[in-house]
Amino acid sequence: MIECKLKKELSAAEGKMILNVDFRLNEGDFIVLYGNSGAGKTSILRMLSGLLSPEDGYINQDSNVWFNAEKKIDLPIQKREIGLVFQNYALFPNMNIEENIYFSLPQKKDKKTAEELIELMELGNLRKQKIQQLSGGQQQRVALARALARKPKLLLLDEPLSALDHGMRTRLQEYILKLHKTYNLTTILVSHDPAEIIKMADKVMVLENGKITKTGPPISIFSENKLSGKFQFTGEVLAKIDEEVISILHILIGNNVIKSVSAKDEIAHIQKGDKVLVASKAFNPIVTKIE
Amino acid sequence: MIWESLWLTLKLALITTLLLFVIGTPLAYWLSATKSKSKPVWETLVSMPLILPPTVLGFYLLIAFGQSSFIGKFLDDFFGLQLVFSFSGLVLASVIYSLPFMVHPIQSGFSSLPIHLKEAAYSLGKSKTTTFFKIMLPNIKPALLTGIVLSFAHTIGEFGVVLMIGGNLPGETRVASIAIYDEVEALNYSNANTLSFILFVLSFAILLSVYLINNKSLNRIVK
Repeated sequence: MIECKLKKELSAAEGKMILNVDFRLNEGDFIVLYGNSGAGKTSILRMLSGLLSPEDGYINQDSNVWFNAEKKIDLPIQKREIGLVFQNYALFPNMNIEENIYFSLPQKKDKKTAEELIELMELGNLRKQKIQQLSGGQQQRVALARALARKPKLLLLDEPLSALDHGMRTRLQEYILKLHKTYNLTTILVSHDPAEIIKMADKVMVLENGKITKTGPPISIFSENKLSGKFQFTGEVLAKIDEEVISILHILIGNNVIKSVSAKDEIAHIQKGDKVLVASKAFNPIVTKIE
Repeated sequence: MIWESLWLTLKLALITTLLLFVIGTPLAYWLSATKSKSKPVWETLVSMPLILPPTVLGFYLLIAFGQSSFIGKFLDDFFGLQLVFSFSGLVLASVIYSLPFMVHPIQSGFSSLPIHLKEAAYSLGKSKTTTFFKIMLPNIKPALLTGIVLSFAHTIGEFGVVLMIGGNLPGETRVASIAIYDEVEALNYSNANTLSFILFVLSFAILLSVYLINNKSLNRIVK
């Protein structure tokens, strides 16, 4: 369990801002930090990891004190047992895949977890490759394996998938969920993508101007409780075709494209590329087994 | 006599480069990472030899380490070290004079590395020292090589500062560039020509190797 209260003055694009947050994570939680850029998401991750010192507050992990302003305790990042993954992968260019992952092991001996991660991330065939030869998705799989090889309890992911294309992103989401469950991690993900958040998070913390303004399960955060749907999905609008009085939306949900007909003015604000919530409340869905 | 001065030049360049590498690399790392307000002052001091006439540097060193100065007397009395008109004096002057040629390329090498590289290593529990030797240094090899070769080449080409503090003692301070001047003064054009030609070819070969190696490593990254 991690309990923290963090306070620090940050200089954002629109001048100074006070970051002041207070939250608690249980073991096994998958938390997403959501908010505009400059709201303080990355700063929170950097404070938890020890790369940035808060001015006031505390961070307690179980019975360990990572930070305490009053007692002047500030455990260095090396001793906090965290896994950190960046948007730009940050792999070491002077090492191949295997060496990157082995580098994080405390001693040379315990290669078991490292090997397990290579297996889990499906990197076995690539292990001797130079990292310059890898695609973005492959690089991020190496970064994930490297971050977890020394078995951290807390995994911090700073927009790890935002440089990847849609298909790669979906696959990497699966990998991250697999790791989260296999190692019973406590994970904090910074993400801008509602579809991704709904798919992955147990809980979302919405950050605005350095304060947490909303906390809750992702569905309730993003649907804002207007609907009480019997079933609902999130998707992306691929196309909007206007007819006389109606508009037809082509929406990508998972790997399927569905068409939905609505009155034109009802959905006038929805454009191509928007993330949307698709819900139905009047009909009972028919569920049949796929052979 | 030609070979003596050439050997002296190479010995001076080798020792200077080695010392500069040991001093210059941590200094360059500190300059690339520091947020200290005094950074511009340090950068200026490192760069001074680039614009300062070598005679000015030589003159001050002569004053500072001469027998009549406190430092010069102290060094001689306690360590038997004479920095004026001696080979050790040449080494000291060369280290100061070639400092920017070692520090600048290495500093820009460090600055060009993404900050996340260092942070990732720290997050994996690695100390600052381990990170420096295992991650930072190996990833700026072309910059290190450039620094080493430029310092070496620049030391070979020294004249003014060497003449001021070292004088012209055969086998002790008469390096190739000074020997050439000496031979011309004595109208021994053929000796001057031999030495000049050797220095010319040497400088060309050294610089060419830097460009070849750096282009190659550039290609490797692009591929």
